[in-house]
Amino acid sequence: MATRIRESRGQEMALTAAVAVVIVLLSLLPMLRLIKEIVAPGGTVSTMALEAGLRSPATWIATWHTLVVGIGGTVLAVLSGTLVAVLITLTDIRGRGALVLCYVMPLMIAPQVTALAWLQLFGPASPFLKLFGAAPPLGTKNPLYSTSGIILLLGVQYGPLVFLLVRAGLRKLPRELVEAARAGGASWFTVLTTIVLPLMTPSIMAAAALAFVSCVGNFGIPAFLGIPANYLVLPTLIYQKLAGGGPAVLGETAFLSVLIGIIAMAGIFAQEVMSRRRDYRISSTSLPAEPYELGKWRPAVQAAMWLLIVLVLLLPLFGLVLTSLVPGYGIALTAKTATLDNYRFVLFEHDAASRAFFNSLWLSIAAAVFAVLVAVPIGYLIAWGKQRWVRLLNLSVELPYALPGVVLAIASLLLFLRPIPLTGVQLYNTVWIILYAYLARFLVLALRPTISGYHQIDRALEEAAQVAGAGLFTRMRTIVFPLVAPAAIAGGLLIFMTALSELTVSALLWSSGSETIGVVMFSFEQGGDSNYAAAMSVITVAVTFVLMLVTNLLAPHLPSGVLPWRD
Amino acid sequence: MARLTLDHVTKSFAEFDAVKDVSIDVGDGEFLAVLGPSGCGKTTLLRLVAGFEKVTSGEIRIGSEVVSGAGGSVAPEKRRVGIVFQNYALWPHMTVAENIGYSLKVAKLDKAVARRKVEDALALVNLQGLGERRPANLSGGQRQRVALARCLVAAPSLVLFDEPLANLDVHLRASMEDEFAAFHKRTGTTIVYITHDQAEAMALADRIAVMDHGRLAQLATPHELYHEPANEMVASFISQGILLPADVLSAEEAGHCKVRVLGAELVVRCRAGERPRADAKICCRSADLDVSPDGTGFDGLVKRVIYQGGAARIEFAPSAGPDLTLHFEQPDPVVLESGAQARLRIKSGWLIPAAEAAR
Repeated sequence: MATRIRESRGQEMALTAAVAVVIVLLSLLPMLRLIKEIVAPGGTVSTMALEAGLRSPATWIATWHTLVVGIGGTVLAVLSGTLVAVLITLTDIRGRGALVLCYVMPLMIAPQVTALAWLQLFGPASPFLKLFGAAPPLGTKNPLYSTSGIILLLGVQYGPLVFLLVRAGLRKLPRELVEAARAGGASWFTVLTTIVLPLMTPSIMAAAALAFVSCVGNFGIPAFLGIPANYLVLPTLIYQKLAGGGPAVLGETAFLSVLIGIIAMAGIFAQEVMSRRRDYRISSTSLPAEPYELGKWRPAVQAAMWLLIVLVLLLPLFGLVLTSLVPGYGIALTAKTATLDNYRFVLFEHDAASRAFFNSLWLSIAAAVFAVLVAVPIGYLIAWGKQRWVRLLNLSVELPYALPGVVLAIASLLLFLRPIPLTGVQLYNTVWIILYAYLARFLVLALRPTISGYHQIDRALEEAAQVAGAGLFTRMRTIVFPLVAPAAIAGGLLIFMTALSELTVSALLWSSGSETIGVVMFSFEQGGDSNYAAAMSVITVAVTFVLMLVTNLLAPHLPSGVLPWRD
Repeated sequence: MARLTLDHVTKSFAEFDAVKDVSIDVGDGEFLAVLGPSGCGKTTLLRLVAGFEKVTSGEIRIGSEVVSGAGGSVAPEKRRVGIVFQNYALWPHMTVAENIGYSLKVAKLDKAVARRKVEDALALVNLQGLGERRPANLSGGQRQRVALARCLVAAPSLVLFDEPLANLDVHLRASMEDEFAAFHKRTGTTIVYITHDQAEAMALADRIAVMDHGRLAQLATPHELYHEPANEMVASFISQGILLPADVLSAEEAGHCKVRVLGAELVVRCRAGERPRADAKICCRSADLDVSPDGTGFDGLVKRVIYQGGAARIEFAPSAGPDLTLHFEQPDPVVLESGAQARLRIKSGWLIPAAEAAR
């Protein structure tokens, strides 16, 4: 009997241990290394870096800017994302599939590509405005080089993120809850404000936290829009310091990164507090509510939605395509000047560019697959585990993503600058250090939806398997994984799309031979070759789009809800 | 098939004792119902037996094996216990047949054998031909049957029912009740059946354990529970028993004694060894009350008359205790009206044992 009691704990202990190892390696280790660098740079305790950071006015200006654009971008993203989610999910609007696809697209496009596209659209060299002769004269300031420009683009970039999470929540809303309220005499709008939105609080909160963390940590948009206007946020300040000072300023940037970590943690903490105040779990499995009939408003609402799509997706992409066809900066695009030379160059004549496409592809696939496989057990322990301490894991996994990529990159550099002790394996200057950073950074993207998935599953489903005699690993494989797979795989896809043209981390970790798409694109742009950068961007966007279409072919074999852009 | 023993089981959550010092011995093949109002600890009791919760103190044995105790806890998957969950807990990503065959697959049973067993289980619950359906496409009753089939296919030593009829409509309840009874008869399995519905418990169980605030209030056959409640809680909980203050006038003799209730003397049933005492309580039910226009009894006021078809439910306040409410039925022709004076007689009753003797 004692044996049977001992046996019962074996698998759980093994799972917990494995999860702990993964989290220590990916989350705690880089963070601890970072903190060590601030407290004891070079092995001796010193507060010099701390004091220097606290004294510098640049620190506080950048912190203020970070908060302004972070909160502004989050508010814009939550408002637009929730509104679009409600309109698309709960009303009888037509062309839903196409709308979802188009609205979610900006999320699959890297921030620096978004920034580049919008800049090309409105700048003085804009081939688009030149088509109408409406371009401002060369030398005029681009209106996007401003605070509101950054907030606008952050909102455009992360609105779809909010949309996806809120929509996933809305689809699980049982129709009885809506129908009970309507039977109680509530109008559709009242139902929306008193039943639907309150029940969606966990989704909206999670979405807001995610958007906030993304806005605060975003590098591409403030780098392209803020640096020319000398409007620095913390990530761009860190980047500039590193670019100018090299390893000598690692300590100072470590302090700045802890600062931004605190800001991001505050956002996540606020979400945790808010969503713990009540239990919003929906336990019943039911059909979704009948869509609300817009009636005479339908054409107007539809037109407004498509206008939004044109503004946030089609026009910027159009501008990007035009730029990629122009032979040089400021040249007007005509039938005579249009050329495909830019594409030929980045595809065939530039070695680094073609290597970059290969590297980025396998790095993203590896990161996505790993994250999905790991997120399921970690989510299990966090959402359903009995040990309290495991829940703290949630916060430690958030860390590498909450901190801007620049910071994780610094932490990885600090960790792997020298060969790994005992093994002598050198990760520095290889593609593996980028993979390590990707695994650490993107894990949470799959973990968060997985945990939400767990919270919406009735635990009795697992208990039923348990009394049927299934051990923990068997339950994981046959019951738990299939049930949370939609959430976890959706997270994996987000990771793939994000990692494909990732810039922030790889900009600091790449070496010759391990270039990524983002790095090559960025170096083109820095060198003033916007046309090459645009051509690469167009290719990336096209590859992403084709991948989305190919994945669509698999849709009938996938559980519903796995592909975010599909209805 | 196995007997289940709970030995001084206590389960505490932080400050709160969900189950307090409960000892129950369920015989091999017995159908035990655990009955109580919501929050009485009956669901925690079930989760303790299943192994989802660990005991704070005490011991649980299935057969001769200690499954929960000071030495640790055998995991639920190793207990060979079947559960029919309140909300069925059917796996939405599997077909009906896959749901039912799950435990066989986990036990790595030969596929052909497993398929035959699943077919048999489906036939047993009258769901032949529905094996390829998804749970989402079944009615409530059908889902209940799948849950039942899923639980019995593994031939568990002990089956736990967690309020299985709570989500079903009245008609379905009656037929499922029959089905559970037939299931018990056919399989001879030991069953622990959690419910808050006493009619269900009475109809199905060999014995009923009444729970109250985490404690076991009484463990007895349905007949004994009804006729000889051990304490005031059970007396008032079962079949809306009426509690009346009484003075015991004579010592027990052949299972009866003389008491004074509301000024009238009468003979009630009682436990062996009762002696004269004051401040006792008797329990009687509406069927024990009777209008006696000119005989012995006590006077009072008819507060309310509710006609229920064929008979009326009369609520009555005795003059000797105006705060008490007695209720009884008067068959047609109903002659009492609200506001009228009447005289009632108690035909029989049960003297509730003194508190020390009850436990």
